[in-house]
Amino acid sequence: MSMLELRNVTAGYGHFTALWDVNLRVDRGEAVAVVGPNGAGKTTLLRVISGVIPPRSGDLIFEEESLTGRAAHVIVGHGIAHVPEGRRLFPRLSVADNLKMGAFLPGARARFRESLTRVYTLFPALAERQKQRAGSLSGGEQQMLAIGRALMSHPKLILFDEPSMGLAPVMVLRLFDLIRRVREEGYTILIVEQNVRQVLKLVDRAYLLEVGRIRMEGRAAELAEQDFIRKAYVGL
Amino acid sequence: MVDPIFLLEAAINGVLLGGILALLALGLNLIFGVLDIVWIAYVDLVMLCMYLVYYLAMIQGWPVWLAGIGGVALGVLLGIAVHLLIITPILNSPPVNQLLATGGLLFFIQSFATFLWTTDHRSIRLTLPILEVGGIFLSFARLASFVLAILVMIGLYLFLTRTFVGTAIRAVSQDRGAMALMGANPQTIYLVTSAVGGALAGVAAALLSIQYSVHPYFGAAFGPITFMICVLGGLGNMVGAFIAAFILSEIISIGGVLWSTEMGYVIAFALFIVLMFIRPGGILARRER
Repeated sequence: MSMLELRNVTAGYGHFTALWDVNLRVDRGEAVAVVGPNGAGKTTLLRVISGVIPPRSGDLIFEEESLTGRAAHVIVGHGIAHVPEGRRLFPRLSVADNLKMGAFLPGARARFRESLTRVYTLFPALAERQKQRAGSLSGGEQQMLAIGRALMSHPKLILFDEPSMGLAPVMVLRLFDLIRRVREEGYTILIVEQNVRQVLKLVDRAYLLEVGRIRMEGRAAELAEQDFIRKAYVGL
Repeated sequence: MVDPIFLLEAAINGVLLGGILALLALGLNLIFGVLDIVWIAYVDLVMLCMYLVYYLAMIQGWPVWLAGIGGVALGVLLGIAVHLLIITPILNSPPVNQLLATGGLLFFIQSFATFLWTTDHRSIRLTLPILEVGGIFLSFARLASFVLAILVMIGLYLFLTRTFVGTAIRAVSQDRGAMALMGANPQTIYLVTSAVGGALAGVAAALLSIQYSVHPYFGAAFGPITFMICVLGGLGNMVGAFIAAFILSEIISIGGVLWSTEMGYVIAFALFIVLMFIRPGGILARRER
């Protein structure tokens, strides 16, 4: 049964249309990737889902309920956490305070201590740097913090926007291991990535987005074998 | 040569004045740090609260502490009203329009207060003792307001650092969009910030009421020094404003004993101008950005 469904979603900014008639679905417990070149509309897609921008037309269904046009702070409450592009941490707050903000919702607030222990167990590096300002962390640690902050809200679905962006190659591999561990904790995942080769190893299914339209969809393993994808994105 | 005991007394009085000034500056600075808007009329809101404290204590005969709490309640209401009626519509306007709007509010409040209550000075005639400690005379009213101001500022610090809402106030000033992704409505956080800023104005009004009389131009007397403290500390920088309040109040107080009160202000303003050339971002300017 599908957890998240986008039906004929069109969206954009001002006179510019970034997404055309997009249909997409994520099933409970699944990990799904959206891949494609720069400017294909991948970030816009995640922004529509988390309510940062409203769709111009089409429907956004989450757990049988229409969330079309709801504000971002309302959508989080339905169980969708967004790890945004560029991480968007609060740079002058400490690591612990950033995590605290992840648990801002009343339900999450009640379980704050328990969630904090869980995130620190998952990312021990963050526990060591609790009192440090988020802005002073390394790129890899900042990405861990962004993911940890998303986990604090007890989401059902986590959206990742280009988590490997700006990381050193060694860190990229570690990051994908971390996301794999988050997956094993039982979260449903929708991830947008430029690093197609790595992300296809991580997910069950993937969509190829080009100039705002879904061009292809299929099992990750099958997509990775497609000549077209191999040449254009995997670099083999 | 001035007797050292007078200098010591002036220094202590400077500290006591600094506590009140710091409280005024922190309220203004909190709002600026979060909303990026300077409430030019901030001290005029304080003046309105002082009129209520006067009315409740002198006309209605309430005990002074209760009248003070009434002043705080009015401060909260004024903070919310100013936010909803004046700030929300201009939140994304160019800064000059924002200054004109809150500056216009200042003239509106001043003129309206003059119209309603005339230019008479009104004071809650509170007879508090003068304390003598080792030849130094201290006003109990000043000492009490200083202690209360410090307690309120400690409370503000704990609120901003320990609670979810207080931390959210700091977070939303750093990234409004990210705070929405945390499940907080940024507009609500802004409203809470303005209400807290209003509450601080109310507390300042209650504490000022026991030392000063109120009149429609009270804002003109305390407004400039409040802005100066905020700018000297670095706009939006709470710790900086706290320190700047004591630096300026010491200059005013000691300068007042050495020469005259007016001279104290002249030196304070001159130092302010010089410091602005040396450290335009405030005494505790952040180096990173």
